[in-house]
Amino acid sequence: MKSLSITSTKDLLWKDSLTTESPLIRRLLIGTALLYLTFFLFIPLAAVFAEALKDGIVAYVESLLNEDALASIRLTLLVAAVAVPLNALFGVAAAWAIAKFDFVGKQILITLIDMPLAVSPVISGLIYVLLFGLQGWFGPWLADHDIKIMFALPGIVLATIFVTVPFVARELIPLMQSQGREEEEAAITLGASGWQMFVHITLPNIKWSLLYGVILCNARAMGEFGAVSVVSGHIRGLTNTMPLHVEILYNEYNAVSAFAVASLLTLLAVVTLAVKAIVERKTHFPTIVADPMSEVQTGSIR
Amino acid sequence: MDHLTIIGWSRAEFIGYRCHPQLDTDKNLMNFILKQPSVLPGFALTLGFALFYLSVIVLIPLSGLFVKTSTLSWEQFWNIVTNSRAVASYQLTFGASLVGSLINGLFGSIIAWVLVRYRFPGRSIVDALVDLPFALPTAVAGITLAAIYASNGWIGRYLEPFGIKVAFTPLGVLVALTFIGLPFVVRSVQPVLQDLDKEVEEAATTLGANRWQTFRAVIVPELWPALLTGIAMAFARAVGEYGSVIFIAGNMPLKSEITPLLIMTKLEQYDYAGATALGVVMLVASFALALAINLLQWWSNARRSNQ
Repeated sequence: MKSLSITSTKDLLWKDSLTTESPLIRRLLIGTALLYLTFFLFIPLAAVFAEALKDGIVAYVESLLNEDALASIRLTLLVAAVAVPLNALFGVAAAWAIAKFDFVGKQILITLIDMPLAVSPVISGLIYVLLFGLQGWFGPWLADHDIKIMFALPGIVLATIFVTVPFVARELIPLMQSQGREEEEAAITLGASGWQMFVHITLPNIKWSLLYGVILCNARAMGEFGAVSVVSGHIRGLTNTMPLHVEILYNEYNAVSAFAVASLLTLLAVVTLAVKAIVERKTHFPTIVADPMSEVQTGSIR
Repeated sequence: MDHLTIIGWSRAEFIGYRCHPQLDTDKNLMNFILKQPSVLPGFALTLGFALFYLSVIVLIPLSGLFVKTSTLSWEQFWNIVTNSRAVASYQLTFGASLVGSLINGLFGSIIAWVLVRYRFPGRSIVDALVDLPFALPTAVAGITLAAIYASNGWIGRYLEPFGIKVAFTPLGVLVALTFIGLPFVVRSVQPVLQDLDKEVEEAATTLGANRWQTFRAVIVPELWPALLTGIAMAFARAVGEYGSVIFIAGNMPLKSEITPLLIMTKLEQYDYAGATALGVVMLVASFALALAINLLQWWSNARRSNQ
């Protein structure tokens, strides 16, 4: 009946059927998964654009060209332009120290980097209010010297940096650990300077993951709502980032405009996911999106 | 005689010095921190910068929260955090987060299974989109979910005839917290399923187990740690969530008000002490969860590497 030696495709199929389900179960499982994703993923994604274009393309474009909308876009770009490079620099530095050296307290440092992911965004904003707010530690001194941090650009930038600290570092640490240190050691032994080694060896090795880390960091920086909401003061046209502007428009029952601005942020998220897919294909290394405190913490590489 | 002893150095120190010519002034400190000498440059610079940056951005501001709380007397603190409105908000926040993460535990596992084991049209697009709740700004998720689950929304209008109201009720909180937790379960179960050795399943089947028995006795035990980790991560994320919830929740005190919103409300009323006390409760809960996730992960990885 069934021979043990695999000679024909029929035998191969029989072997394969040992580890899979009947077609009925298979379809049922795929159907369940897709139905769940339809309700929680596909419909919301489609709804953003449908709501934004409800009154036609002209109303959509007008919503985006509105003065306050443009001001919020400018502010969001400005905040990201400060926060993302700083966190990228931090990410590369921290990953270099953690991945290439063995030192005392490494695990504590890694835990510290991940900490902002564990903290509620509202608390991320609150801690800066406690430092720089009028009743805060530095509040009176700042007020005396007429320096505005809360309800102004510096506060928004600080809160955004806090929330996005881990992203670049978390992409780079597991990758750089898996790459080892031989290549860099060879470069140094052969007489390269630290900078030459970084530019010619390290950077080419990490460029794709660095790119994805930066783009993810950027998406989170532009999209941060809770923390920025606490420190911004919601001054229209002045301290409203795009997510905050979405909130204001929505609360004013101006749904079309709210979704128009939201659609830009959604496009940003979709582009981020596309870059993630491309980077994974280029590097054959899993990027870390929704995986707080996992690979990095344990230092284990798949 | 070794010429090194003449200048009072041991050989190990000499090698350490040679390996860190740039660090010679801090040689002793660096030898203490660094477990193993390395020829690679930049250790002091990168570690120093990373520590400085984290201290300024994360450590000092976070510790400020605890310092501020210590200005409250124990009685004041206790009254704030056990106030009936606060307790109702904990029940909703932690309850809805728990239910949401369990729902994701079930459906997230099915999605991970389908993505790893089956091939169907659009699979790679679905795989990429699973991370959307993580990449999408929370405010966008919030207004979108509120719009589609409202009584005239795409989904809400079909639930209305059955008397099911989602938007502006505690059920809405559950929907939002389920939405944002999805990627965590899928992404922690998926790699374990990928690594699973098919030969063990084949062996089980050859020995006479049916598919269900194989699943229960062979696959589920392997998945457990990763699944629990994913559920715990979804739960931890949900507990702190703010943006996606407030638009769909209705935000009625004692009824559909989550703890982060209560903190926000107190801040807007300049009740800094109240906001800080609740913030400490949330922060301690988050750290406890982060610790639990770490332990789960450690267990999960230990299991995987023991195979």
